[in-house]
Amino acid sequence: MDMSSPTRSPSVKRKGFMYWIRQRRINKNWQFYAMLLLPLVWYFVFCYMPMPGVVLAFKKYSAMKGVYGSPFANPWYKWFLKYYQSPYFSRTIGNTFYLSFLSLLLGFPLPILLALLLNEVRNRAFQKTVQNITYIPHFLSTVVLVGMMTCFTNRDFGIVNKAIEWAGGTPENWMQVPAVFRGLYVGSGVWQNMGWDSIIYIAALAGVDPQLHESAYIDGANRYQCMWYINLPSIMPTVVIMLILNSGHILSVGFEKVYLMQNDLNMAVSDVISTYVYRISLLSSNQFELSTAIGLFNSVVNCAMLVVVNSISRKISDVQLW
Amino acid sequence: MTTNSKNLPTAKKSFRSRQSKGDIAFEIIVVILLAMLTLTIIYPLYFVVIASFSDAKAVVGGQVIVLPVSVTLENYKECFKNGDLMQGYGNSFQLLIYGTAIYLFLTILCAYPLSRKDLWGRNGIMVYCTIPMFFGGGLIPTYLLVTKTLGLSNSWWAVILVGGVSTYNMIIMRTFFMSSIPFELQEAAEIDGCSPLRTLISIILPLSIPVICVIGLYYGVGIWNSYFTALIYLSDKNKWPLQLFLRQILVNADLSVVDGGDASDMARRAMRAETIKYAICVLASIPMLVIYPFIQRYFVKGVMIGSVKG
Repeated sequence: MDMSSPTRSPSVKRKGFMYWIRQRRINKNWQFYAMLLLPLVWYFVFCYMPMPGVVLAFKKYSAMKGVYGSPFANPWYKWFLKYYQSPYFSRTIGNTFYLSFLSLLLGFPLPILLALLLNEVRNRAFQKTVQNITYIPHFLSTVVLVGMMTCFTNRDFGIVNKAIEWAGGTPENWMQVPAVFRGLYVGSGVWQNMGWDSIIYIAALAGVDPQLHESAYIDGANRYQCMWYINLPSIMPTVVIMLILNSGHILSVGFEKVYLMQNDLNMAVSDVISTYVYRISLLSSNQFELSTAIGLFNSVVNCAMLVVVNSISRKISDVQLW
Repeated sequence: MTTNSKNLPTAKKSFRSRQSKGDIAFEIIVVILLAMLTLTIIYPLYFVVIASFSDAKAVVGGQVIVLPVSVTLENYKECFKNGDLMQGYGNSFQLLIYGTAIYLFLTILCAYPLSRKDLWGRNGIMVYCTIPMFFGGGLIPTYLLVTKTLGLSNSWWAVILVGGVSTYNMIIMRTFFMSSIPFELQEAAEIDGCSPLRTLISIILPLSIPVICVIGLYYGVGIWNSYFTALIYLSDKNKWPLQLFLRQILVNADLSVVDGGDASDMARRAMRAETIKYAICVLASIPMLVIYPFIQRYFVKGVMIGSVKG
């Protein structure tokens, strides 16, 4: 570093390497680059090094030769074709799409509604209480959540079945009934995350100019109209951004919860791409190539989805991610 | 509404006092809706707590609805006797502490330099960090890298490092450094002879307690609650985090939590297990819920910082 000290500068060639370094203050800032070293190495090893591994989707894997030494599959799209032709193709894609679509349909508007309603409450103490209570479920783990659901819906002991019996219905092990799987999945998701997801809208609502409300009041608007015609449009940019981000996940259902809720009886509706990928690779039968191919297909669709929704949004509302 | 145009709402109080009947009715409806919602959210949690303190017979018989029936600590005693659960608890706590510390360390080291506008190559590095948010190798390539190339199978390092830094949190922190701490402070420190590292430790970090708390909480909750990486990488039961043991007991209905009694006593054991499961749910969630009130006041702030585009 002493090479680049200012006193030496006359002797350095104007367009030399040290000049280039000094002009960009890289020598002065060397400590910053040293700090970045560790995180960037982490990114490289755990995010970038697996990336070329997707070639596995086109290969015939042999554990001896490793990912890169293995020969290519013949034809190269063999695994994609295999997935396309397997009976699991329509089942996993259909279930994944259906589950995330339902989650979006219910889980997206409800936090906005909650934030709008909370914003109308004048009593601060009540507002804070509601907020803090609705956040709590977010901190439960998926295992506890699914465990609670299993207990509640247990045929012999569960409180849900006690209520059903009391109302004159027949008790059932609801976790094993395919017809209610989607309802349970989406409902528990809304229950868990509604409050937490509303935070961002509450923050956005705090930024709405109060003068808008005052002038609307003067013009004779009531509270309901203020909420509907001022607050909602004011947070629309946030809403659209969140919608774009969420639609990027339309073909990725969180593995953890579905996998826990899955059982032999509800497989037809609960088998999604991520659980299928796990099942055929690590849980049994070691079909690493097929699993990688499906994963690649999945993330390509997700990226495409994000791009499409973003460009639609740019056309109709000039809110966009990039 | 007719008097509205006569006096302009200058003070907040006058603005408030002029509510029409419709507005009052609206507010009442809103409050009722929210109260109902809050009840639906809190009741399952409340039920788990009261059931965990009640006698198994009463819970299974459906008598526990509003208050615990024949209060007992038996269920909790049973939990503490369970070696697996305690092992999982200990493991999870260690993972929580190491993981959160490592993630925060890496996040701060990444966010601070990237918050400096005078750093050459900043945008390029940002792009480098953002790409993994949208594209990754996927399950199997990562698995093969970690187990074959790095040889980290059955090690906590795999569980900690694969989760790793979240770029989203890094951006939140970077935005906080940029927008909430005046750059003049850093300049002044520099003039007084502070090196960048010293500035970070003595100036930036003390001023960033809120954002560090929020992000530490995000990381901590994530580590405590996740089970997937552990499921994949840890084959040795001694290293399992709590969630994997919970999965066995709560979801896979493993009755070994109830010791004593013979096989002929299955019905009684299943019944006992039911209340013990509630106690387990409470015990497993307590650590996160205990931190929660301390950090809760930073939530909205933390999310707001994140929503500012930076």
